[in-house]
Amino acid sequence: MLPDAFDDIPGTTLFNAERSRQGYHLNMFCMSLMKAENRNAFKADEAAYLQKFPMTQEQREAVLKRDWGRMIELGGNIYFLSKLFSTDGLSFQHVAATMTGLTQEQYAQMMLHGGRSVQGNRSKSEQKGSG
Amino acid sequence: MARIIASVNCSHVPAIGAAWDLGKSQTPYWAPVFNGFDFSRKWIAAIKPDVIILVYNDHASAFSLEIIPTFALGCAAEFAPADEGWGPRPVPVVKGHPVLAAHVAQSVILDEFDLTIVNRMDVDHGLTVPLTLMFGQPQEWPCRIIPLAVNVVQYPPPTGNRCYHFGQAIRRAVESFPEDLRVVVFGTGGMSHQLQGKRAGLINREFDTRFLDELSRNPREVAKIPFIEYVREAGSEGIELVMWLIARGALDERVREVYRFYHVPASNTALGHLILENEATSSGLTP
Repeated sequence: MLPDAFDDIPGTTLFNAERSRQGYHLNMFCMSLMKAENRNAFKADEAAYLQKFPMTQEQREAVLKRDWGRMIELGGNIYFLSKLFSTDGLSFQHVAATMTGLTQEQYAQMMLHGGRSVQGNRSKSEQKGSG
Repeated sequence: MARIIASVNCSHVPAIGAAWDLGKSQTPYWAPVFNGFDFSRKWIAAIKPDVIILVYNDHASAFSLEIIPTFALGCAAEFAPADEGWGPRPVPVVKGHPVLAAHVAQSVILDEFDLTIVNRMDVDHGLTVPLTLMFGQPQEWPCRIIPLAVNVVQYPPPTGNRCYHFGQAIRRAVESFPEDLRVVVFGTGGMSHQLQGKRAGLINREFDTRFLDELSRNPREVAKIPFIEYVREAGSEGIELVMWLIARGALDERVREVYRFYHVPASNTALGHLILENEATSSGLTP
């Protein structure tokens, strides 16, 4: 399913058909939060609300912990997850920062200084070569 | 007959919409972004399009994982701003142009581009942020807007080459519409950015600059950029740039670059903006 060369790009997950299947119910749960009454029901009892969706237990735990990187690994897609972090009042920048291992402040500073350089980040082989 | 007179490309970062809606457009962080569109607002007020065909991607708002159309044309009379998790943006309802949209749909399908016809679709920040940047906050958007949503969420999105040719088909469709209408095509999204994983925050100014340079002069070469190169060089969400090629395909080979703006950062993203006019019918307006 994946183009082979894609695996060589570091720190990047391709949302392909396989991940879409794996994350279907996780993403559809996120989608449900586009309605105010669903957001209220979720906030009132998160664990109970999650039971309405036939997700894996791992996916539910990642949601409850707001482990964004783990949700991506389990088939979540960032645009679907945005409904969840918008419900939490968090921004794309906040969530992106948590996935990189930087603090919010460090990440914001990195962006103000022109963002993460592509140098050394194009491929895993390039990283090994320079490391 | 109807004519396509220009294209507008720009990023559609959701934080730009939030900054505007919360009255933060003149804070030190956001002022350079909004001021970068001062000329663009004057330009579009001067050229007065009747219709905008606005190419954007839906971000899991109108389309979930239940239905994922590659190209979806909004043929309805109205499109409401979507609730993306914090309530709908306080912007005007988008008024479509059902007659032109139906004509475009029929024409491009007979031209072998099998798009999806959509008669009910809420529109998210991908569509409304470019309108805010170009028009500010009017009571009503000053022209009709036909949404054209492109899948860039689930792999594979359409290729750049397909998008370029699709733009050419849209032009043929518009030019076979009998009513005199001035049409501008917006191609939105990009530029370099990555929102997920350890590589989040990726920006590639060199790639973006080359893309802006070559889109005007050598669109056929830009159309050959493969998916993997967008992801590697411009980040996993930089793939949105294929939508710029639809707008470019709708113009003549020879275009005039009217205006360009580039700014880093807008949240996680390199904001890029380009106005092109067909050289033969250029307004002559300059910044």
